[in-house]
Amino acid sequence: MDGFAKYLVRRLFQFFLVIFLGVSLAFVITKLSPVDPVEQSVSLMTNFGATDPRAVELMREALQELYGLKGSMIEQYLGFWGRVLQGDFGPSLSSFPTPVMSLIVSALPWTVGLLTLALIITWTLGNLLGALAGYYRNNTLLKLSGAAIMALHPVPAYIIGLVLLLAFGFIWPVLPISGGAQMNLQPAFSFDYIRSLILHGTLPALTLVLVGIGSWFISMRSLVSNIVTDDHVVYAELGGVSSSKIFSQYVARNALLPQLTGLALSLGNVFGGAVITEFLFNYPGVGRLLIQGIYRGDYSLVLGVTTMSIVAVAVAVFIIDLIYPLIDPRVRHG
Amino acid sequence: MLDLVKTPVATDDVLKVEGLKAYYQMNYFGVRREVRAVDDVTLTIKRNEIYGIAGESSSGKSSLIKTIAGAITPPLRVVEGSVKFDFGGETLDVYGEPQRMKGARWQNLSYIMQGSMNVLNPVRKVKHAFHDFAFRHMGLSEREFRAKVEQHLKRIGLDPRVLESFPHQLSGGMRQRLTIALATVCEPDFIIADEPTTALDVLVQQDVLALIKDIQQRMGASIIFVTHDMTVHAAISDRIGIVYAGRLVEEGPTLDVFQRPQHPYTAHLIASLPRLGDKTRRSALPGKPPNLADPPSGCRFHPRCPLAIDKCKSGNPPLENRLSGRVACWRAGEVVAA
Amino acid sequence: MFKILRDLLRYNREFAIGFVLTLGIFLFALAHFWAPMPDSAIYLLPPDMPPSAQYWFGTTSRGQDVLWQMSSAIWNTMLFGITVTILSRLLAVAVGMISGYLGGKWDEALMTLNDTMIALPNIPILLLVYFVMRDSMSWPVLAATAALLGWNYDARLIRSVTLSLRTREFTRHAVFAGMSVPQILIRQHLPYVMPVIFFTAMNNLIWAIGLEVTLSVLGFSDINRPTIGGMIYWANQHQAIIAGIWWWIAFPIVAIVLLFLGLFLLAISVNEYIDPRSRLSRMGV
Ligand SMILES: Nc1ncnc2c1ncn2[C@@H]1O[C@H](COP(=O)(O)OP(=O)(O)OP(=O)(O)O)[C@@H](O)[C@H]1O
Ligand code: SF4
Ligand SMILES: [Mg+2]
Repeated sequence: MDGFAKYLVRRLFQFFLVIFLGVSLAFVITKLSPVDPVEQSVSLMTNFGATDPRAVELMREALQELYGLKGSMIEQYLGFWGRVLQGDFGPSLSSFPTPVMSLIVSALPWTVGLLTLALIITWTLGNLLGALAGYYRNNTLLKLSGAAIMALHPVPAYIIGLVLLLAFGFIWPVLPISGGAQMNLQPAFSFDYIRSLILHGTLPALTLVLVGIGSWFISMRSLVSNIVTDDHVVYAELGGVSSSKIFSQYVARNALLPQLTGLALSLGNVFGGAVITEFLFNYPGVGRLLIQGIYRGDYSLVLGVTTMSIVAVAVAVFIIDLIYPLIDPRVRHG
Repeated sequence: MLDLVKTPVATDDVLKVEGLKAYYQMNYFGVRREVRAVDDVTLTIKRNEIYGIAGESSSGKSSLIKTIAGAITPPLRVVEGSVKFDFGGETLDVYGEPQRMKGARWQNLSYIMQGSMNVLNPVRKVKHAFHDFAFRHMGLSEREFRAKVEQHLKRIGLDPRVLESFPHQLSGGMRQRLTIALATVCEPDFIIADEPTTALDVLVQQDVLALIKDIQQRMGASIIFVTHDMTVHAAISDRIGIVYAGRLVEEGPTLDVFQRPQHPYTAHLIASLPRLGDKTRRSALPGKPPNLADPPSGCRFHPRCPLAIDKCKSGNPPLENRLSGRVACWRAGEVVAA
Repeated sequence: MFKILRDLLRYNREFAIGFVLTLGIFLFALAHFWAPMPDSAIYLLPPDMPPSAQYWFGTTSRGQDVLWQMSSAIWNTMLFGITVTILSRLLAVAVGMISGYLGGKWDEALMTLNDTMIALPNIPILLLVYFVMRDSMSWPVLAATAALLGWNYDARLIRSVTLSLRTREFTRHAVFAGMSVPQILIRQHLPYVMPVIFFTAMNNLIWAIGLEVTLSVLGFSDINRPTIGGMIYWANQHQAIIAGIWWWIAFPIVAIVLLFLGLFLLAISVNEYIDPRSRLSRMGV
C-alpha cells in the first residue's frame, strides 16, 4: 500500500499545482493586457447611446468593483482567488444581469454530455482498431481503415467539422447543423426530444470522434506492435494459447494501461476541440459561450469560462488518475 | 579406430534435426544482411536424455534451440533442413504441420526461453498463466486442476500462494522457478530450456539444476539444454554438443568430451575451466568470435585455431563419427587436453 | 544527410509521397512573391467569379483572386508554424536537457512544472490571451504564445535521451576535462538529441499550423493578413456557402488537407527511420 499512498499524494499535489498555476496564469494574462477591460466595456456600452459623462463615471466605478480591479495587485489577486473559490465571476455583460456562473452551469451539461460521449466512442474505437491493426498486421481492411484514420488525424477540428457540415447540411441535407435540440421542443424525457438531441449531437460528436481517433489509433498500434514482440506474448504463442485470448489478455490489456494515462493527458486538447466544434455547430455548450463572449467583448464571461475550464480539466484528469490504480496492479501493489 | 556409438534404435530417438539452416534475413532501406546463425546442423536426441549445448556468446545457441522449438519469428527463417519429433510413435514435422505442432505444444513439448524472467504477463496474476497454458491439456475439472498445480508448485519448492501474485511481486529466482513449473506441469515428453539458470545466483542455480534433473528422471522426459557454462554441463548433461559460429563442431557423451576433447575449440573451452588448487592463469583464446554475417571460409575456427593448416582455410571439415561421438575438424584428436 | 534523404525517397513510399506533397505546396506558396497584385488588395477584380481560364480558382466576394490569396496564405501559415516550432524547440531543448543532465531536485521541479502545463487546456488560454490583447495581437505575439504552450511533451522526450547520456563514459571524461555544463550539453549531448528534436519538430509544426488555422478561422488573428484560416473566416463572413461561392471555401480546405497530409507522412516516415523498434518490424518484409 505504500507505493499506492505515494502515488496518491503525488497525484493530489499535481492536481492542486495545476489549479494553482492555471488560475494564476489566467490572472496574469489579464494583467498583461495593454487593453483596460473596464474602458473596453465602457466604450462597448456607450456605443449604445448612454453618453452622460456622470453615468459613464458611475459605470466605470461599478465595473471596477465588479471585475475586482480595485486595490493593489496583491489584493486583486487574492480577490480573484476568492471569486474562483466561490464560483462568482459577476454578471455577464452580454447577458446582463445573468451571473456568468449560471450561464456556465446551464451550458456545462451540453459540453460534458457531448465530450463524454465523443470521448468514450473515440477512445474505445481508436484503441480497438489500433490494437487490431497492430496485432493483425496483414489484414487489408484494417490497413485501409488505418490509412484513412491516419490521413484525418492531423487535420484541425474546424476543417473536419466544416466538411461534415457542408456534406450533411448542404450537399446531402439529412442532419441538423445548428443547436443542441429542436427549438420548439421542451426538454423532457420524451421520444421526440431525445431523438432531436441525438440528431443534433451527431455531427458535433462525429467531428470530435474523427478529430481524436487518429492519435489513439496511432499510439495503440505502435504500442501493440511493440508488445507483440515482448517475451510474455511470444511465450503465450509458443504455449499454444488461442490467438483471441492472446489478443485480449496478453496484448490489448497491457496496452490499455498506458492509453488510460494518455486519456488524462489528452483532455486539455479534447476540450480545445470541443470549443471549436461547439461554435461551428452552434451547440449550446461552454465552448460556444466562450467564443461568443470574445465576440461580444464580455470580460467577465471570458475570464470565467477560461478559469472554470482549467479547473474542470484538472478535475477530470484527477478522476482518471484515481481510476488508474484500480486497473494497473503495478501501481496498486507498489 | 574405436567406435562406441550405439546404433540408434528408431523408436528411441525423440528428436531428429537434419541439415538445419536458419538465417536472420534483413532488408532495410535497400541494405541486405544475412546472419547465418544456424548453419547445417544435424543431431538426434534420445528418449530420457539430457542433451547440453555449449558455446560462447553469439555462437547461435539460442537461434538453434529456437528453431528446434518452432519458436522463430522474422527476421529468423528456416532456409533448409527439417526438425522432426517422435511422440509415442507418431512423427511430428515442426515446420511441415503447423496445426499439429500447435496441438503438441505444452502437451508433448515445452520451451523455457532465454531471459525467461519476463515471460509472465505483468498485468495478470500468475494463476492465469497456468490456466491458459495447461488447463486444456489436462482434462481435469477446475478444482482438480488447481489442486494439481498447487501440488506441482510445492514439489518445486514454491508456496502455492504465488498463484495469487502478480509477477512484479516475486523475486527473480521465484519467477525462474515458476517458468520451470509452467513448462513442466503438463509433464511433456520433451523440454527445451535456454539458459534457465544463467540469471540466478549460484545457490539458487544449484537448486534449479537439481530440480530439472529430478523432473526429468521422474517424468522420463528428454531435455535439450543450453548454457555457456561448462560446469553446469558437467553437472547435468548426458551428452553435449559444442556450437561454434552456427555450426555443431563436436558432440559426445559428457564425460568423454571433458576427458578427451577432439576439437581444438572444445579443448580450449575445457582448458579454460577453473580447477581447484590450480593457480595458473588460463590462456584466453586469441582473436574475436567470427561475424556470422560474413563468416570465415573453410573451418570457421581457423583464424583462432592453434592447429590450423592451409586446408582449414579452404575446406569445411564435415562432422564425422569419431570415438564415442562426432567431430568436425581436419585434425581431430590431435589436441592434448590441458 | 543527402544520402539519408535519397534512401528515404527510394525505399519509403510514405516519405516519397509526403515529400512531393510538401514540396509542391511549398513551391506554390513561394510563387506569391511573383503575384501580379499585392495580397492585401481588395475589390481589384470582379467579385464572385467561378473558376475559369482567367481565374483558375475563381475570385472571392471581396474581389480577390483565390489562387494568389491561397499562395500568400499558405506562405504566411507556414511561416507562423515554423516560427512556433523553432521557438518551442528552443524551450523544449533547454528544459529537457537541463532537467535530464542536472537530475535530482532540478529534474523533479522542472518535470512537475512540465506535467502541470500539459494538463492546462491550450485553446481557452490562447483565446484569453487574444481576448485581452485584441487589436495589439500580431502574429509574432500569437506565435510566441503558442510556442509557450507547445513544448511540454517534447521536453519530456528530450529529457529521457539526456538522462541516458548522463551516465555515459564520454560525459564523465568531459566533466574531468573541465568542460562547463553548457559546453557539455551543447558539444557532447546535442548531437544525440538532434534526431528527437527533428522528429518532434515535425509534429509540432503540424500542431502549430492547426492552431493557426483554428484561431484565424474564428477571426482571432490579424484578419487582414492572408492565411488559410483567414480565407475561410472571410468566406464565412460573406456567407459564401449559402451564396454558392463554393470555390472560396473548397480550395483552401483542399490545400490545407494536402499540406497536413504531406507533413504528416513526412513526420511518420522520419520517425520510423529514427526509431529502431519500428525499423525492426519493417525488416521482416
Ligand atoms: N533478432 C536478431 N536479428 C538479427 N540478428 C540476430 C538476432 N538475434 C540474434 N542475432 C544474431 O545471431 C547470432 C546468434 O545469436 P544467438 O542469440 O543465437 O546466440 P547465443 O549463442 O544464444 O548467445 P548468448 O550466449 O549470448 O545467448 C548472433 O550473431 C546475433 O548477433
Ligand atoms: S579444422 Fe583446422 S582450423 Fe578447424 S578446428 Fe580443426 S584444425 Fe582448427
Ligand atoms: Mg542465447
